[in-house]
Amino acid sequence: MEAQAQVQARFDAAVAAEQRVEPRDWMPEAYRATLVRQIAQHAHSEIIGMQPEGNWLTRAPSLRRKAILLAKAQDEAGHGLYLYAAAETLGVDRAELTEKLVDGRQKYSSIFNYPTLTFADVGVIGWLVDGAAICNQVPLCRCSYGPYARAMVRICKEESFHQRQGYELLMTMTAGTDAQRAMVQDAVDRWWWPSLMMFGPPDGASPNSERSMAWRIKRHSNDELRQRFVDMTVPQAEHLGVLLPDPELAWNAERGSWDFGEPDWSELQQVIKGHGPCNAQRIERRRAAHEGGAWVREAASAYAAKRAAEEASGERSSG
Amino acid sequence: MSDDHVYLSLTEAGPGPEGEARWAYGTGFADPLLGVDAAAPKGIDPADLAAYCLMLGDDVLVLSQRLIQWITRAPELEEEVALANLGLDLLGQARRLLTRAGQLDGSGRGEDELAYWREESAYRNVRLVELENGDFAQCVVRLLLFATAREELYRRLVGHADPVLSAVAALGVKELAYHREYASSWAVRLGDGTEESHRRMRAALDALWPWLEELFTPHEVELRLGVDPLQLREPVLASLEQVLAEATLPVPDLPGRAYVNGRAGRHGVHTEAMGPLLAELQVVARAHPGATW
Repeated sequence: MEAQAQVQARFDAAVAAEQRVEPRDWMPEAYRATLVRQIAQHAHSEIIGMQPEGNWLTRAPSLRRKAILLAKAQDEAGHGLYLYAAAETLGVDRAELTEKLVDGRQKYSSIFNYPTLTFADVGVIGWLVDGAAICNQVPLCRCSYGPYARAMVRICKEESFHQRQGYELLMTMTAGTDAQRAMVQDAVDRWWWPSLMMFGPPDGASPNSERSMAWRIKRHSNDELRQRFVDMTVPQAEHLGVLLPDPELAWNAERGSWDFGEPDWSELQQVIKGHGPCNAQRIERRRAAHEGGAWVREAASAYAAKRAAEEASGERSSG
Repeated sequence: MSDDHVYLSLTEAGPGPEGEARWAYGTGFADPLLGVDAAAPKGIDPADLAAYCLMLGDDVLVLSQRLIQWITRAPELEEEVALANLGLDLLGQARRLLTRAGQLDGSGRGEDELAYWREESAYRNVRLVELENGDFAQCVVRLLLFATAREELYRRLVGHADPVLSAVAALGVKELAYHREYASSWAVRLGDGTEESHRRMRAALDALWPWLEELFTPHEVELRLGVDPLQLREPVLASLEQVLAEATLPVPDLPGRAYVNGRAGRHGVHTEAMGPLLAELQVVARAHPGATW
C-alpha cells in the first residue's frame, strides 16, 4: 500500500510541477479513464464533424471553395486519426471506440447535431464553431498527458487555418449580394447559441471540472472560456456587419468584458440526450460507413494474413 | 501576422479580395494561371487546344465530384483521407485546365463559369468518370482504370508546347502515379482478400471495363492536335493486366459501350448519371447569378 501511495504522490507532484505524463508512466486509473473518455469524444467529434460541412462539399458554389472545404474535411479525418492514436496509447483501440460511438455509448460534441442549411453555414461553422473549439483546445496543448498535448499542437494550427477560411468566406459573402448577406445573418442566428453551449454547462453545474483542473487536463473553467470567446467574437461580428442574436449583449466597462445572455440550457440538454435535430442522422451515417466498410476491412486483414503465412512458410522452407 | 493566435491574425488581416484574409492554406489560389501567357503556342489552333483542355479538365472535375461523394462514407478513416487527397489533386488539375480552356477559347470565361454554367451537353468528359459511385470495389476499379490511363497520357504531355498542359502533366504524372498505386494496392487486397471481396471486384470490373474503351477512342480534336489516345491503349492494358493478375482477377473480355449516333462523352452525349451530378454541383452557384464566393 505504501508503494501505491508513493507512486500516487510522485504522479501528483509531477503533474503539479507541469511535467508531462507519458504512456509508460504510472497514472491513476481515474486519470486514464478520464483521458480515454475525453480523447475519444474529441476524436469522434472530428469524424462526425465532417458530416455537417460535408453536406456542402458537392454543392460548394466555386471550385476554390470546394477545394478549401475538401482540404478541411481531409484535415478533420486526419485529426480523428491522430486523436484515436493518442487514445490508443492509453490501452484502448480505435475499433472498440468506433463501436462505442455507433452504439451511442460514447459521445461527440453536440454542436454537430445541428443541421447545415445554407452555404453560409460553412463559413459560420468555421468562424464560430472552429473558433469556440480553438478556445477550448489551445489550453489542451499544455495538457499533462504528452500524446494528447502533442496531437493538440498540430490540430490547433490546422483549426486556426479553418477558422480563417471560414471568416474569409463570410467576409466575401457579406461584401456580396443582399441574398448572401441574408444567408450569413440567418446562419449566425442559428449557430450563435449552440456555439456558446460548446463550452459546456455553467461552472456551478460542471461535475468533472475540478478534478480535471487538478490533473492539468483542463486549465480554465467553462465560464472563463465562454467569456473569452464572446469577448473575441463581438468585435469580429461588428467587423463583418452581422448582429449576434442576443439582446442582452452589452459592454461592461467595469469588467472590461461583454455581458451576455443565458443560453437555453434545456434545449442543449435535449440535444445531449439524443433528441437533437441530427443526432440520429449523424450516427446512422457513421454506422452505415462503418458497417458498409466491414467487407473491405475483412478483405484487407485476410490479404495481410495470407501474405504473412506465405512469408512464414517461405522462411521455414528456406531456413 | 500572429499565426499562433488566430483571433489576432483575423483582426489584423485586411478584408476584400486582395487582403491577406483571402489567404487560404494550400488550396487557396484565386487565379490558377497567374502570369501564364494567355496565347496558344505557335502553330496550335487555340480553339482545338481549348477544347482539349476542356475534355481533360472535365474528366478530372467530374471524377473529383464522384470522389467527394465518398467523404464520410469511406470504409476506414485512412480511406477518407486518401480519397479526399485524390479528389483534391484532380480538382486542382481541373481548375488549371478549365481556366486555360476559358483563356484560349476567347470567351473570357473563368473556371467557375465553365464549371457551374455549362449545360450537360457542353461537358466533354468521358462517361466512365460520371457513373454513379457504387461500392468501394467500384471506387477502386474506376480509379485504377482512370489513373492508369491518365498517368500514361500525362507522361506524354509533359513536353507539350502549351505551358499549362505541360505543367499540369508534369505535376499530374506524380499525382496520378500515386492514385494508380493506391488503386492497385486495393485492387490486389480486395481481389485476393475474401470470397466476398473477390466477388465484388469481379462485379465492379464487369460493370466498368466496358467504359474503358472510350478513353482510347480519338476525337477529331485530339487527332488534329497529335495526341491520339489510341496510343495509350496498349501500355494501359498491359499495366492493368499485370495488376489484375496479381489480384487474382480475370481480365474481362467485354466489348466497349456503344456510342449514340457516333457520339459519346467527348461530344457531350452522356449517361443518365450525369444530369443529377451536375444539378448537385451547380445548384448553389446558379441560385445566385453574379455572386462572388
